[in-house]
Amino acid sequence: MTHALLSALLSHWKRRPFQLATLILGLALATALWSGVQAINAEARKSYGAAADVMTGGGLSDLVDPSGQIPHETFVELRRNGWLVSPVIDGWIAAERGRVRLLGIDPFTAPQNSTLGASIGPDNIAETSGPGGGLVVNPVTAERLSGLNRPVVIDESVAPGMALADLGVARALTGQEGYSRLILLPEQPLFQPNLSEIAPNLRLERPETADDLGRLTDSFHLNLTAFGLLSFAVGLFIVNGAVGLAFEQRRPMFRTLRALGATSRHLVIMLIAELLLFAIVAGALGIILGYLIASLLLPDVAATLRGLYGATVEGALTLAPSWWLSGLVIAVAGTALASASGLLQVARMPPLAPAKPRAWSMVTAGTMRWQMGLALVALALALTALVFGEGLMSGFVLLGGFLIAAALVLPSVLAALLSLFSRWGSGPLTEWFWADTRQQLPGLSLALMALLLALAANIGVGTMVASFRDTFTGWLDQRLVSELYVTVETDEESSRFLSYLQERNIESLPIWHTGGDVLGAPAEIYGVVDHPVYAENWPLLDALPNSWSLLAAGDGALVNEQLARREDLVPGDPLALPGGWETRIVGVYSDYGNPLGQVVVALDVLTTRYTEIDKSDFGVLTDDPDALREALTNDLGIPPDRMIDQKALKAFSLQVFERTFAVTGALNLLTLSVAGVAILTSLLTLSAMRLPQLAPIWALGVTRGTLARIELLRAVVLAALTFVLALPVGLGLAWVLLAVINVEAFGWRLPMTLFPSDWVWLGLASLLAAALAGLWPARQLAKRPPADLIRVFSHER
Amino acid sequence: MNGKPIILQCVLALWAGLAQAQGFAGLGQTTDGFRLPDPETRFEFPADHGSHPEFRIEWWYITANLEAADGTPYGIQWTLFRNALQPGGAEADQAWMAHAAVSTPEGHHYAERFARGASGQAGVQAQPFDAYIDEWQMAGPTLNDLRLTAQGTDFHYDLELKADGPFILQGENGFSVKSEAGQASHYYSQPFYAVAGKITLADGPVEVTGRAWLDREWSSQPLTATQTGWDWVSLHFDSGEKLMGYRLRDEDGSAYTVGTWITADRQGIPLRPEQLTMTATGWSRVAGRRVPTTWDIALPDYSVTITSTAIYPDSWMGTLVPYWEGPVEITGSHPGVGYLEMSGY
Repeated sequence: MTHALLSALLSHWKRRPFQLATLILGLALATALWSGVQAINAEARKSYGAAADVMTGGGLSDLVDPSGQIPHETFVELRRNGWLVSPVIDGWIAAERGRVRLLGIDPFTAPQNSTLGASIGPDNIAETSGPGGGLVVNPVTAERLSGLNRPVVIDESVAPGMALADLGVARALTGQEGYSRLILLPEQPLFQPNLSEIAPNLRLERPETADDLGRLTDSFHLNLTAFGLLSFAVGLFIVNGAVGLAFEQRRPMFRTLRALGATSRHLVIMLIAELLLFAIVAGALGIILGYLIASLLLPDVAATLRGLYGATVEGALTLAPSWWLSGLVIAVAGTALASASGLLQVARMPPLAPAKPRAWSMVTAGTMRWQMGLALVALALALTALVFGEGLMSGFVLLGGFLIAAALVLPSVLAALLSLFSRWGSGPLTEWFWADTRQQLPGLSLALMALLLALAANIGVGTMVASFRDTFTGWLDQRLVSELYVTVETDEESSRFLSYLQERNIESLPIWHTGGDVLGAPAEIYGVVDHPVYAENWPLLDALPNSWSLLAAGDGALVNEQLARREDLVPGDPLALPGGWETRIVGVYSDYGNPLGQVVVALDVLTTRYTEIDKSDFGVLTDDPDALREALTNDLGIPPDRMIDQKALKAFSLQVFERTFAVTGALNLLTLSVAGVAILTSLLTLSAMRLPQLAPIWALGVTRGTLARIELLRAVVLAALTFVLALPVGLGLAWVLLAVINVEAFGWRLPMTLFPSDWVWLGLASLLAAALAGLWPARQLAKRPPADLIRVFSHER
Repeated sequence: MNGKPIILQCVLALWAGLAQAQGFAGLGQTTDGFRLPDPETRFEFPADHGSHPEFRIEWWYITANLEAADGTPYGIQWTLFRNALQPGGAEADQAWMAHAAVSTPEGHHYAERFARGASGQAGVQAQPFDAYIDEWQMAGPTLNDLRLTAQGTDFHYDLELKADGPFILQGENGFSVKSEAGQASHYYSQPFYAVAGKITLADGPVEVTGRAWLDREWSSQPLTATQTGWDWVSLHFDSGEKLMGYRLRDEDGSAYTVGTWITADRQGIPLRPEQLTMTATGWSRVAGRRVPTTWDIALPDYSVTITSTAIYPDSWMGTLVPYWEGPVEITGSHPGVGYLEMSGY
């Protein structure tokens, strides 16, 4: 019986391979986007984890000195008093394509069960210790260090952009005498004196875990996850449509099977088995697709994370078995969700009920009211988050609530609009068109909701990206005041360079900087000379009067928007800077793309108050950067790769920017395509059931061709209406992204700029998607044998 | 001689790569650049209590059989190893390793420390005597009058050691031969310590008294390539006599067994290889291995027929180089207590 049942049920799909394809495709797409996004997130998190692990010895606490350096004697004093600590030298070395972080560790005392202890130890002590000791790096970083002329030991587990070395090697490479910090081993002996008795200067610092970087990049991952979820939801609409259609078409078969003795329980179990089979096949397919999507997008994501947060993420994908499993689970769960109502109907169907097709997804006025109520709840939630919420999570609650409310309201609004339009109708065919469209609305509403979400996301994210790009470009123009940027390597080269410029009467602006903790978090401190070019070119968001002259006089500092927003600072507020300098804030400037707090002080102040200053960067004001660049190479021997002109720098910055949002663009397109498929499946579902409604019209003399054109037109009209409604939703979304999410996630607020031309393109795209989706059902209708239509009348109903 | 050659050989393996980089072909077998033990050497105390960095390996090693007031037996171990990463005797080329352990009825507790040479974290000074790594210390005005401290996450001990007898030179005048092939070390002991002090465990402090045994040994070429492991005992008999014996196992199943008989009037008499026999008769499963914790020991020339039984068979040192080390009880012709160490299992 089971076998007979199953083969009877499956025979349906044999006769309708396209329907099967739609079902599998919808489910696979949904799973693919979801698991692709999960894979990207997991990969990124793993990289953060590896980096934080190595930096801190795997979530261990550190002892640090406020002055930054811990003398060797303090380390020995601690050890001799039973404090098990291990010294770390944390520095940077020059490498191809930027610096590499160098961690010098002591394999004798390093915690043995940590990433640190495992990376340098018994297995490679020979290669890593001694004066010519090598660096432990992963293969990618190894390539970048080929110019260093030092042996490398390859270890895949070392985070990208990071090198581990023995203390002695690190000391030689960085020139650092003391230690950056002492790792506090997790297991301490029974008796030890208080820390304050041995090393009163040191303070205990809780581990910087993967969470810190994770928190910084949370917004990015939440964005991705939101996209993944959205796509998954849209994919489920497709599955819902396909499953619903299949159930609808098989009603006569169900009746026959029941009449032949199959219990409804047995039937439902068989249907579940059938769906499970599909879910597993489609889920597997989706996982493979998801892997492809993830590996295509990951390089861009890695570039984004590097560019925005300085987080290094490997460009290659490695996946845990749990990821594969979760993909399958989500596919099965999604199928269950999408087919629950269909199964319920089959279970409740009386065995001898006439196999009367009905609009299976007919939404009554009651349902619409219920949806409206739900929409109000979602909206209320969103508003609560907006008014009372704080933090990134509430930003996303706002976003989610807003989008769900918009989607739920859509059918009601469309219904109202359609009834409005029908009043204008003249002539029977037009009136029928509007009435019939309204009648079809319930069946299409799920697909239209999907389209609305996809369009709104497109508009919202598109507006955000375009606004960002606009602001960023303008800001780059202002901030990059010098025409040429030069990096010198030695003090001697620096003085030769400066006197060379002086002889030729060329002005230079030192871009010297140092680092330190400002208000409890790492920050950059820059020094600027007193030059009118700054006041002319550098717009401040908020400032005291005469801020630039106050700054030049050493009476105050500028802070970037991130720092100001994080600490709630305004011009005039006092500011404590490292080294015990108490000053005040004279202005706030925008600093897009920088995850760190930044402080700008007068150059004299920087050089007198701080000792460890990076003095290698200069901006040069010149009318002919190319000629100067050539001259500097020829006369001073400064290699061309240490000079970059304004144009190239801008191009590079913009390129980083574009890469950042390439992922967003790709996901946007994918979501829109999924929505298109959703419309297609809904239309297909409807077209099979609509014959009884179309036959009378045909009988009244409207040709099949005209009917088909009307069907196509209907799809386009509904898409157009949805697009129009999606516009305000999308702009609302953009506003939330720019004014709420961005501020929470990055610490800066961007002005919103509208780009109507983009909307036109998007509108056309959505019409095209709807037209493409409607084309097939319309074509089927046009080619339908008249006998089919006539047969409608011969049926009893 | 203590059982440390095997351990140190493994420790040397730790630095194996470095040794190869320095031009050593096979570890533990070559001695290029290091000083070799010399039968003509005569010890000079207190200078020889200090470090001999021109040799590759060296240790300061104390084991003690202790008893609480209620008679509960305890055992403690304190060891500092020096290992030269390359010849030349420079302090920076020394690596230090230390083990400390307490064997108790509630279990075996141990800890391990490492230090880089010249870091100030570890070192040995001959006069006044001071051997230390981190907060662990074996120090006193002289090597015969020591305060011994060490601790781990779950134990601490602080003991006074006072010796009332002479140093016993092992082998011929402290030149201790380790194989038929002639591998040797410089080796002397102080087996006459009386101990009093305090062991602190999870349940609180315990006052203890007892006897301790110190081994001092240095060499550059500890074992032959085919020697696979080591069984060593240091035994205090109630008669006042003492016995040190060791059995170096070869991969072909044979063993090289020698030792020193210490008379009641505190004379050390070196034993010839065939004089002493040690036969494993009982085994325990500890740390997933099968370890012989009961031994029949016979020294017919001195009428010794005894059985040595581990008091706490779980005395496993799960250190970087793992081995078994714990107190034993002796029954038979010469009852007493002692320490057993076994490596290579």
